[in-house]
Amino acid sequence: MDTIDLRLDYRIIMRYVPAGSTVLDLGSGNGELLQMLTDKRDVRGQGIEIDEQAIYQCVEKGLNVLHGDIDSGLADYRDKSFDFVILNQSLQQVRHFEPVLKDALRVGKRVIVGFPNFAHYKSRLHLFFSGRAPVTSSLPYTWYETPNIHFLSIRDFIDYCRSRNIMINAKRFTGLKHEVHVMPNFFAQTGIFVIST
Amino acid sequence: MNASQNSVGIVATQLFVFGQHPHELTLENGEKLGPVTLAYETYGRLNPQKTNAILIAHALTGDSHAAGFHTGDKSPGWWDDMIGPGKAFDTDKYFVVCSNVIGGCMGSTGPASIDPHTKKPYGLDFPVIGINDMVDAQKKLVEALGIDKLLCVAGGSMGGMQVLSWLTRYPKYVRSGIPIATALKHSAQQIAFNEVGRQAIMADPHWKDGNYYGAALPVKGLAVARMVGHITYMSDESMMAKFGREKKTEKQPFKFTADFEVEGYLRNRGDHFVKRFDANSYLYITKALDNFDATSGKPLQDMFSGLTAKVLIIAFKSDWLYPSYQSKEIVKACKSAGVEASFCEIDSAYGHDAFLLEVEEETRLVSHFLKKVFHDLRE
Repeated sequence: MDTIDLRLDYRIIMRYVPAGSTVLDLGSGNGELLQMLTDKRDVRGQGIEIDEQAIYQCVEKGLNVLHGDIDSGLADYRDKSFDFVILNQSLQQVRHFEPVLKDALRVGKRVIVGFPNFAHYKSRLHLFFSGRAPVTSSLPYTWYETPNIHFLSIRDFIDYCRSRNIMINAKRFTGLKHEVHVMPNFFAQTGIFVIST
Repeated sequence: MNASQNSVGIVATQLFVFGQHPHELTLENGEKLGPVTLAYETYGRLNPQKTNAILIAHALTGDSHAAGFHTGDKSPGWWDDMIGPGKAFDTDKYFVVCSNVIGGCMGSTGPASIDPHTKKPYGLDFPVIGINDMVDAQKKLVEALGIDKLLCVAGGSMGGMQVLSWLTRYPKYVRSGIPIATALKHSAQQIAFNEVGRQAIMADPHWKDGNYYGAALPVKGLAVARMVGHITYMSDESMMAKFGREKKTEKQPFKFTADFEVEGYLRNRGDHFVKRFDANSYLYITKALDNFDATSGKPLQDMFSGLTAKVLIIAFKSDWLYPSYQSKEIVKACKSAGVEASFCEIDSAYGHDAFLLEVEEETRLVSHFLKKVFHDLRE
């Protein structure tokens, strides 16, 4: 019953993380996802987070969290030191996308990536009809205050994985409240991928 | 918060003596020291399972009086804000131990103690001691208190180095460690500042190669050493906020009197310090700091290998004596060893002193961290 209140993307990510896994959450925020994984999947979790206030919130939840940015956060971990490296809603904000994803694939046996789909139909309509950079529920920022550096679509990411020989083990797509199964690059607001090398 | 409401109250320093011949403490350099006295205090109660003991390690000029009040004293121990009922180190839950380091002068054996062989103060006959030796002495005390495994070892600055020594050398004796505003090893700059302090002491004509006991003390040199220290403990911002360019008097001063507030403050700190601290101890302890290397020459990746204790690392943004990059080195070591760790760089303007002053933030981190470690243990 209580899972109904959880964020849809969290619920999807939970499905792919078996009980007892080790998890590194890059951009762990206030630790909601890590706490959920700890409570319900009994994972051994580690977060990395840039915001000081979020660090306190994580520690208050009993989580392990390191204060730092994602770009430099992975370098010191040994190969395959985690079952899962999670980059949920954070990969589009890192400065050096490619090196970070590559390092995530080195450090994690599997990597779970979640990002806002720039090609969602609302974004397309917004851009097409208003002639302005899209502001939608999954891309809620105006151009002058967005933390997002990389704007990518679901198709972009699939193309990218193909070009880099990255295996897509699973992919799920979400709208506002439900999963999207038809034409995800058009109808999904978020793409969630489980990938590995 | 009223200090008296959540204070551990009146406390007394106790003495623990060990290392009688032939069981002297063998030091890192192979020399032997004994008998050894450790001054220590405890707060709270050890539970019957003996699983709630926390060791607090003090900084360069600290002592065993970490919390509460000595009879008749107006000011409490040096970390009273953090230790007490309901505080970060909650004495309602935990048994807290703090001891004065060997080489010190606050009740533990140091260069001012009587050498049993000569019946005179050791002076420079006192052996060179290291941070690891301080920890070995603490371990004797902890064992004597009947504690097999500490719930946590915590401390700032030199106290943080002792935490690192425990974690690397006695990993099975600790469930967690909290190194605050510290370093795996001193940088050239940190050694340089200490050397200025030592040279100030040794340049004092009263120092006499350390043989000043019973005569005039090298107070001028020690005071200058303390003044240098105080500069490094503050930040540009905190000094400016505290003193600015304020003058003590509007009168035209005599050439080199302390006319700026900051000058008066430093002189005052220096004068106070010499009343409570021994110059030779200052020499020995600063050398211990400079010589310390938590990696023991091993690669960083290997120093924590196999460590199962949890670690909470805390640094402060404006600390330029122990800059946060040094704490990040500890984080690196944790990452490569797969140690469960938390790290926070607190946005403070207080410089190195922040570890004594940023009570609210430290409390948020320490109290929950300890709660988790203690909770996991009981599951």
